Amino acid sequence: MVTFQEISPADFFYRNRDIAGFTNPSRAIFVSVRELVENSLDSADQMSVPPEVYVRLTEENGITTSNESGNGVYTLKIMDNGSGIAARHIPSAFGQVLFGSNYKLKQARGTFGLGGTMAILYGQITTHKPVLIRSSTGGSKVYEYKMMIDIQRNRPLILDRKTRRNSEKWRGTIVEYSLEGDYYRAMSKILEYLKQTALVTPYADIRFVDPKGRLYMFTRATTKMPPPPTETLAHPYGVDVETLQRLIRITNTRNLLDFMQKHFHRVGKGTSLSFLDFAGFVRTANPQTMKPEDVERLVESIKKFKKFRHFFGKSSEGIIKEALKKTKSQKILEIMEKAFPDVERTIILRLLSSASLVRTKNPKKLRPDEIVRLVRMMKRFDSFLPPDASCLSPLGEDLLKTGILKELKPEFIAVSQRKPSTYAGHPFIIETAIAYGGEIPKKDDITVYRFANKIPLLYDEASDVSVRVIRGINWRRYKVASGMPLAILIHLCSTKVPYKTVGKEFIADRPEVKAEILNGIREVARRLQMFLAKREHVAKEKKRLTVFSKYLPKIARFSTDLAGKSEMPNIELLLKSVSKYDSEGN
Amino acid sequence: MIRKETEISVKNKKEDVLKDLKEFGGTLYDQMDNGSFPWVEMPSRSTENIFYSPDVRQYVLGEKSVKRTSRNIRHLKPFTQMVWAGFFASELVKNRKTSTLRDVYYSAQAYEMTFKDQPESNNILTDLETATGFAREDFNVFPEERSALFGDLTIEYTVPGYEGKQLNMTSHPDGVMIGPSVVSSVFAKAGCDKVIAIEKGGLFTRFIEERVHEKFNALLVLTAGQAPRATRHFLNRLNRELDLPVYIFTDGDPWGMHIAMVIISGSANAAHLRGLTTPDAKWGGVYATDIVDYKLPTDPLTDVDIKRLHELEKDPRYTGELWKREIKTFLKIKKKAEQEAFSRYGLTYIVDEYLPAKLEEMAD
Repeated sequence: MVTFQEISPADFFYRNRDIAGFTNPSRAIFVSVRELVENSLDSADQMSVPPEVYVRLTEENGITTSNESGNGVYTLKIMDNGSGIAARHIPSAFGQVLFGSNYKLKQARGTFGLGGTMAILYGQITTHKPVLIRSSTGGSKVYEYKMMIDIQRNRPLILDRKTRRNSEKWRGTIVEYSLEGDYYRAMSKILEYLKQTALVTPYADIRFVDPKGRLYMFTRATTKMPPPPTETLAHPYGVDVETLQRLIRITNTRNLLDFMQKHFHRVGKGTSLSFLDFAGFVRTANPQTMKPEDVERLVESIKKFKKFRHFFGKSSEGIIKEALKKTKSQKILEIMEKAFPDVERTIILRLLSSASLVRTKNPKKLRPDEIVRLVRMMKRFDSFLPPDASCLSPLGEDLLKTGILKELKPEFIAVSQRKPSTYAGHPFIIETAIAYGGEIPKKDDITVYRFANKIPLLYDEASDVSVRVIRGINWRRYKVASGMPLAILIHLCSTKVPYKTVGKEFIADRPEVKAEILNGIREVARRLQMFLAKREHVAKEKKRLTVFSKYLPKIARFSTDLAGKSEMPNIELLLKSVSKYDSEGN
Repeated sequence: MIRKETEISVKNKKEDVLKDLKEFGGTLYDQMDNGSFPWVEMPSRSTENIFYSPDVRQYVLGEKSVKRTSRNIRHLKPFTQMVWAGFFASELVKNRKTSTLRDVYYSAQAYEMTFKDQPESNNILTDLETATGFAREDFNVFPEERSALFGDLTIEYTVPGYEGKQLNMTSHPDGVMIGPSVVSSVFAKAGCDKVIAIEKGGLFTRFIEERVHEKFNALLVLTAGQAPRATRHFLNRLNRELDLPVYIFTDGDPWGMHIAMVIISGSANAAHLRGLTTPDAKWGGVYATDIVDYKLPTDPLTDVDIKRLHELEKDPRYTGELWKREIKTFLKIKKKAEQEAFSRYGLTYIVDEYLPAKLEEMAD
């Protein structure tokens, strides 16, 4: 007999932890550090405080470095100076999967409130030990919880709860728990992750103590932070049936015209009307049943607003009344369109709407098939304004430069921030940078640093859209030769990063995103080309000077001998005039 | 009397060379001292600037000139090499030493003036010739010797250690090599009244054995194939200083014909130089018509031979009636013959019958 059983989200992730990246001990420890560091950085970003994050990994049971390659049990402790969590939210924030502060539309590192709890969940299932949370929002108290997750019911199990006085007005969160992992295999990835995080977050102080007691410090180079993102409404292009149903459930609007305006990004009255008309959700008054005051309102509206007077003309009253007399049509929109063939349908709709002759359904009364049609039409309608980028928090060219200079110390750097663009209703911004020399390794291939919402992407490089774009470029055109110390950085900011997997490893091949990445890289590559051309020029001039210094004295010597003179001619001026080019080149 | 004249000619040449090289250095010196990059202007040697001059009866360079300036980085190295070559030449002439092209190539390395290869070094020397108007032999740079002479001419050496010593050119039965010491010698006494230039060593020896020098009162010169520049210059001097007519005998094919022509009218490669041609010299055979008249044993003309004949047809040096006739005949009979072919009538036939007939024919 088949039995059906509901499973909780925690249970679901317990059973499917692979898809969240906890595939093996080394990957698990890497993902745990990453998720918690990202939570900490997000939380400080929200407060507009330059983040300070302290991460410590220690091996338990006193076994230090016993087996360099095997698994071990580690204690992971992360401390930040972020917003802190209100006491009543602490249990849910860390003891319940899919509870998070990020489940809204604005750019943040984490998206679902999933990662941090998943990390703790993983710790619990591998060591069966509780997690210790300490947090304060900067008030008079610090709250401390010892708890576990009830996996089957997706509920926190509080084992102990303490309150302490916060005499130092400390604000932030400390998370400490045990997990099984393999640090030594994950070490290079963790260090690379922290280095790249420091690169893309140059205003953060990050310290890491590894199980051997080695301290890695990534010191901030600036306290300037990018402006925090603002929350935005959903854009119609990015909405699915489920989202629409949720919006209908919570809305207090009575008709679709208002509904569209209130719950969607950059939808005003005009757009709302045209869209609903396009989607077939607009009904206009029936002339056969229209009362004289309805006609009066229509005529008055034209008189009242300048723009309607402009479109419909002074004699409009007569034309309308004449048309109404003769007609058998049941739609005022139809009559008006016939009477004023030169006026656009949208304008007529706006007029009718302002005269209260337009009806749209109450969203709560939409039938399921109507909801589906509405969503479909949203994707088809081509006159929605593109989303604006205020909900995004790109790093900005200055900070990007600061970060790269700090971590790579290159000889040359060019950064570019593209204008906001959208894919499928989601706004995004591409930031690119190219750096040459310094600590960048000389490789056959260009070193690529990929970031999405300030998160370094370290795995599956070959599948990433940026890498494909970079491979598709003819680099010789930019004077780039193989073996140059060259790094390219791509940062994608979006309210929804088109990851291909839950594991946040690489970005899918969206044409809009691809085009922006290509343009961004081309822009910085052109500047690199100029730099390389100049270098080449300087090198050429240096060589030039060398050649002149070699031969001119010989000419002087031989002609002195030939001419039978005793003194050499003065060629200092000549050599100086050659070296003039050189000083220009520098 | 002869001695005096030629002595002046030889001596003057050396002085002229030194004077010219000194001026060359002085010009460059002054240019540098005045704060400009040294430069020289010389006639262009590109093919479109080489013309055949019917007046001078040789190839000459046209009006076009090129400016070599040390300001241009691409010119800088060859420019320096040329100045060095001038310096080296002046050292050779002053110290009365001779040298070969190969020597020049290696000597440069002592001055950190490495040439890429022999052609580069040769080219630089040609530049110096063009810039100064002197041949490299005037700078005491000689090719390997292979030509020789024999006959009643007494020369007086000017080379160090032999100054004033005289030698009659009949003193050695194999002939005397035309080397630097012969070329730079002064003509002291001449008992001969004509010069016979011969392409091949075998015939040269035969002529000496058969005492052609006595029988015809001739000075015999072996060109050993295409005559070296030193030999062409020497023939020019014999003709000019001693007024001796020059007759040339070569194989009966387009190549032999051209050996004679280069002695007479020079080559395009030497268009920048004078004194290497002997315009009044005459080609005596073997003609194509001789092949017919004397019924000589022959070889068929090869494709290369025929191609060469067609080239010569268009060559501006080959405008004379004799040349036209012979080219036409060669193309008609499609046959060629070597000088030795006369041996079919006995070893002395060429001296007893052919040579007197030819000399008579040319004297007309």
